[in-house]
Amino acid sequence: MQSLPHGTSATDPDTKPLIAEFRAATKRYGDILAADALSFGIGKGEFLSFLGPSGCGKTTALRMLAGFETPTSGEVYLDGERVTDVPAYKRPVNMVFQHYALFPHLTVADNIGYGLRQRRPRPDRAEVARKVDRALEMVRLTGFGPRRIWEMSGGQQQRVALARAIVNEPKVLLLDEPLAALDRKLRREMQIELQTLQRQLGITFVLVTHDQEEALSMSDRICIMQSGRIVQSGSPTALYDQPVSRYVADFVGKSNFIDGTLMTRSGNAGQVQTATGHRFAGRLAGPLGPGANASLSIRPEQIGLAHAARDGAEPVTVINRIFLGEHTEYLVRHAALGDLLVLVARQAEAAEGGFAPGDAGHVTWAPEAGLILGLD
Amino acid sequence: MQRRLTTWLLLAPAGVWFAVMLVLPLCFVLVFSFGMRAPAGGYVPAFTFEQYANLPARGTAFLNTLTLAPLGTLLSLVIAYPLAYFLAMRADPKWRTTLLILVIVPFWTSILIRSYAWIFILGGQGLPAIIEWLGFGPVRLINTPFAVLTGIVYGYLPLMVLPVYVSLERLDKRLLEASADLGAPPLRSFLQVTLPLSLPGVATGCMLVFILLMGEFLIPAMLGGGKVFFIGNALVDLFLQSRNWAFGAAVAVTLVVIMLVTVSLYMWLMRRMGGQRDDMALM
Ligand SMILES: Nc1ncnc2c1ncn2[C@@H]1O[C@H](COP(=O)(O)OP(=O)(O)O)[C@@H](O)[C@H]1O
Ligand SMILES: [Mg+2]
Repeated sequence: MQSLPHGTSATDPDTKPLIAEFRAATKRYGDILAADALSFGIGKGEFLSFLGPSGCGKTTALRMLAGFETPTSGEVYLDGERVTDVPAYKRPVNMVFQHYALFPHLTVADNIGYGLRQRRPRPDRAEVARKVDRALEMVRLTGFGPRRIWEMSGGQQQRVALARAIVNEPKVLLLDEPLAALDRKLRREMQIELQTLQRQLGITFVLVTHDQEEALSMSDRICIMQSGRIVQSGSPTALYDQPVSRYVADFVGKSNFIDGTLMTRSGNAGQVQTATGHRFAGRLAGPLGPGANASLSIRPEQIGLAHAARDGAEPVTVINRIFLGEHTEYLVRHAALGDLLVLVARQAEAAEGGFAPGDAGHVTWAPEAGLILGLD
Repeated sequence: MQRRLTTWLLLAPAGVWFAVMLVLPLCFVLVFSFGMRAPAGGYVPAFTFEQYANLPARGTAFLNTLTLAPLGTLLSLVIAYPLAYFLAMRADPKWRTTLLILVIVPFWTSILIRSYAWIFILGGQGLPAIIEWLGFGPVRLINTPFAVLTGIVYGYLPLMVLPVYVSLERLDKRLLEASADLGAPPLRSFLQVTLPLSLPGVATGCMLVFILLMGEFLIPAMLGGGKVFFIGNALVDLFLQSRNWAFGAAVAVTLVVIMLVTVSLYMWLMRRMGGQRDDMALM
């Protein structure tokens, strides 16, 4: 799945059986359209992420799946059944809440066993205890069962929240920015743990996040959201290599954008002219026609930086240099195009010789590295 | 050093107040309770347990207080909880403040005047007249335990509503979503999450109302018409009418002891109910 015109279905191409599906699900809060005719399917066992800036409707989509919000119009299906009006407590899904929402009056073990104890017929104590212990083990909190919630650190609380959800073996596990409150190092650890857990359990995960790194590193598939709509859905690689708009390219990975007007187009190739008269060639994927406002997107690692001028190279001044180990990130300034980000691999830098701030240089990129995108 | 001095200086007014107005009088009362009544009324120093042995003479007052105070507290709770729940969980936030103020409005009028109103409502020309007119035979409401209970619940309801309201209002509503998400229907969510987490407010409300009821004398005097006596009424009588200071002191000491036991029980319960310190702040 690469690109999607607005509002059409975003179902996984390799026709996995669907565990959940939205059909034109719309949610309005007064004048605000929080979800705009969302239509997509979630494959069984998939790790799907909703990625977008704050306020774009990610949580609303998740809450419609959990049963906390009823769509204003449209339908929600879970495992083949229409659940649009089914209350949350009857849905076989569980949620890891953004601020965990752990019960402060219960111990860790009682929090985790809460869902099991709601089942009817009620499972016996021994079975609950056994499952709780296994869940504790899975999130590496063996022995913490008798503790009180406020005796646990943020990272531990996050694991308890996770255990409390997965112990119920939900058909879909919903995670609303689950790692947002953790510090960077813990977040990395939990990302890996979440991924491992998902593979072990085979449960479908739906994650909501505004952190692209989180979405890119964990998901099988990402839905990029913008004002209540899914603007593109696909694998992290597909989104990175073939974004359908400047919005998506900006949200997935870093990129340089050169704004201008699309001058010519023939097939999948076109030319963009900037306000300063510079012309650049690039690939074209969308339905853009000549005369349209467009932006040329070039990923930092696709730009080469050299001392000597070459044919078609643009002169720049080095502004800043950040050493990142395997790579060095340069910020360079072009008189007309503004600042560009350039990522130089260690070997390439060694071959060319380094640059210091203030040095003059020349940047080049292959014509096919430039991607011409619509501005929306 | 500087800071400690400041602390002491700031605490001094309260400290002096408590020493002079509370601890000292309590000591007097304690000493008096082991004394004797002077023939013409007042106090004669002595050391005897006679006054305490004589407590059963006021058994009715103790019995009335120790039944009507808990009953009044319980009734207030039963009426206040749903009200507080509605205010905190269901009422439109736009109206919440207005509704809360309406709960407090009765406090703006003296309890004396409000009790007079009840005398008329429960008196012969009030409710009983209507009940009789409806054909349910003659009933007497005023000067009965029922009248006292009505006055008590009416007077102290706001004191119960407010702490319960605060604890429900502070309850993280996402916990209820979490409970539903984990499969609990609304009633079970209430019993397993809302109710336990509002218990500190319930305990505080009960404590406030109960303590004040234990010392109540105005409402029983007005609506009980001298027939439904509280310990408070006995004290007024002993100190001001029959001037039996020693016996009055013994009754007062017993009352204080009962209250101390109740408060200790409350503190112990609060500590057991989670140990989150900030809940104690409600007291
Ligand atoms: N209960 C609500 N009442 C009114 N507006 C809401 C409510 N919930 C969400 N919204 C609005 O809907 C939009 C989408 O919100 P949300 O789904 O929470 O976004 P995200 O999770 O992507 O940050 C926002 O503009 C938000 O203000
Ligand atoms: Mg959100």
